[in-house]
Amino acid sequence: MKTWTITALRLKGRDKGSYWLVLPYVLFFVAFVAYPLLFSLILVFHRWNVVSPMEWVGLKNFVRLLQDPQFFRSIVNTLIFLSIHIPLQIVIALCLALLLNARIRGRGFFRAVYFLPVVVSGVAVTLLWQQLYSYDYGVLNTILRGLGLSGLPWLIDRTLAMPSIALMATWKNVGIYIVLFLAGLQNINRELYEAASIDGAGPGRQFLHITLPQLSPATLVVVVLSTIGGFSLFIEPYVLTGGGPMQSTLSGMLYIYNQAFYFNHMGYAATLGVVYALLIFGVVLLQRKVLGSEAGE
Amino acid sequence: MKLLAKYAVLLIVAVVFVYPFLWMLAGSLKPELEIPRLTLWSNTMSLESYHQVFQKIPIGRAFLNSIFVSLSSTLSVVVFGSMVGYALARLRFPGNKLLFALILFTMMIPFQIVLIPQYTLMVLLGWTDTYLALIAPTLMSAFSIILFRQFFLAIPQALIDAARLDGCSELTILFRIVWPMSRPVIITVAILTFMTNWNEVLWPLMVIRERTLMTMPQLVTLYSIGGEAESQLGFILAAATLLALPVIAAYSFFQRYFIEGMASSGLKG
Repeated sequence: MKTWTITALRLKGRDKGSYWLVLPYVLFFVAFVAYPLLFSLILVFHRWNVVSPMEWVGLKNFVRLLQDPQFFRSIVNTLIFLSIHIPLQIVIALCLALLLNARIRGRGFFRAVYFLPVVVSGVAVTLLWQQLYSYDYGVLNTILRGLGLSGLPWLIDRTLAMPSIALMATWKNVGIYIVLFLAGLQNINRELYEAASIDGAGPGRQFLHITLPQLSPATLVVVVLSTIGGFSLFIEPYVLTGGGPMQSTLSGMLYIYNQAFYFNHMGYAATLGVVYALLIFGVVLLQRKVLGSEAGE
Repeated sequence: MKLLAKYAVLLIVAVVFVYPFLWMLAGSLKPELEIPRLTLWSNTMSLESYHQVFQKIPIGRAFLNSIFVSLSSTLSVVVFGSMVGYALARLRFPGNKLLFALILFTMMIPFQIVLIPQYTLMVLLGWTDTYLALIAPTLMSAFSIILFRQFFLAIPQALIDAARLDGCSELTILFRIVWPMSRPVIITVAILTFMTNWNEVLWPLMVIRERTLMTMPQLVTLYSIGGEAESQLGFILAAATLLALPVIAAYSFFQRYFIEGMASSGLKG
């Protein structure tokens, strides 16, 4: 009782009722953030199918992971996805942002149109692209054949399937990055360009030495977000290919899902989740370091 | 001349973004055999594919489920999220800074790490195949709290002090004085939350097996890949159109909020 009154007295200088306002979040945090984080650290040392009791297996999950060709396949797939998705995303978004940054009528209209796929359900977009990519009747192959070329086996060929998914993901997400680059462009101080043209720098050199360096914070955001997106790829391969052909589109998230829900290996799925999270962390830190130091120059 | 070329490029790109959606809409109305054509018009447009969708899968029920789940989560994120945002921005209490740090930390955690434990928690609580499993983990959003906090920091202290002198409680101040001044951030958070939940599909796939409880993206996904039907083109396009339409409709009214909200959610990275 006594400690309560002391606490109450101590709180007197503070704002009353604060704790009531934040209590719902604290409860939520404990249940859906703190508990899962701690429990994942327990799960990784166990074999568990949810139904029978957990069985302690020590480091076996990690040993298995290091010998698991499907795990490495999923990482290679993610890297293939990112190596196409990120450059494509940056080039297209930057070009369109530069065009929109000129004195253009209807900038708002174009921006809104390019942004449209971003807000639409990933499932709807994926089902739509499944039809666009269809080998026999797909719109893309119809256009290619109309131009006298032969149709491409977009999702059927194992070297082409992941690039096809990367192309689709770029179409869906590029709108966000256009907006980010456009905001970055509009933040560049006009005087920098004036000073440069007085010094005799042409448009090309102005772009290289002013625009690009000034945009590097925006570029970093684009790279980081695309990376996180690439590591979280799920519904696209789930719907389009089921991870095939020959596991060429098996993504990390899809592999975690399969381990958890087809094989009921919760311990191993959690281990994959932890390792993937650490990988994301590592890659993003690296990107920040490399691109961030460029931004500082 | 150069300007004309710019407009030409911008227009062509606009077609690349819009045409597929128009083709999807047209395909959902065209007879099956005409769908692969590139034209957006047919002389025999009908609602047959939609009729099929409503007949074969409980899409109406899934629509209501999605609405219910997304609205519950939006309501909670706006009400409770603004409470936390207000406390962080305007109230002094021990632990304020710690809580803020925890919220920033939450935003940095890759979801891969908590997904499986969150699922097993649902199993332990016996919440799988209930609305609770769909709604509970979405009741709060760290990012929304940060958005509220940023906005509330700019509200003049004099207003809050005046209300306190009148004896208003902090809740009254928040809902009677701060809220009416905060429409932009409330709309942004509401729209982002609703859209995110409406489009979510991985989590429902994990916790819901019961057909009558499925959300719309989940039902459409399972039906189109499950080989449950001879997956006709028109059918899939109609289902995809039904899934996309509500968000596109909302987007056409509130695009500024969508774009600014998502761009700022990008900047958190």
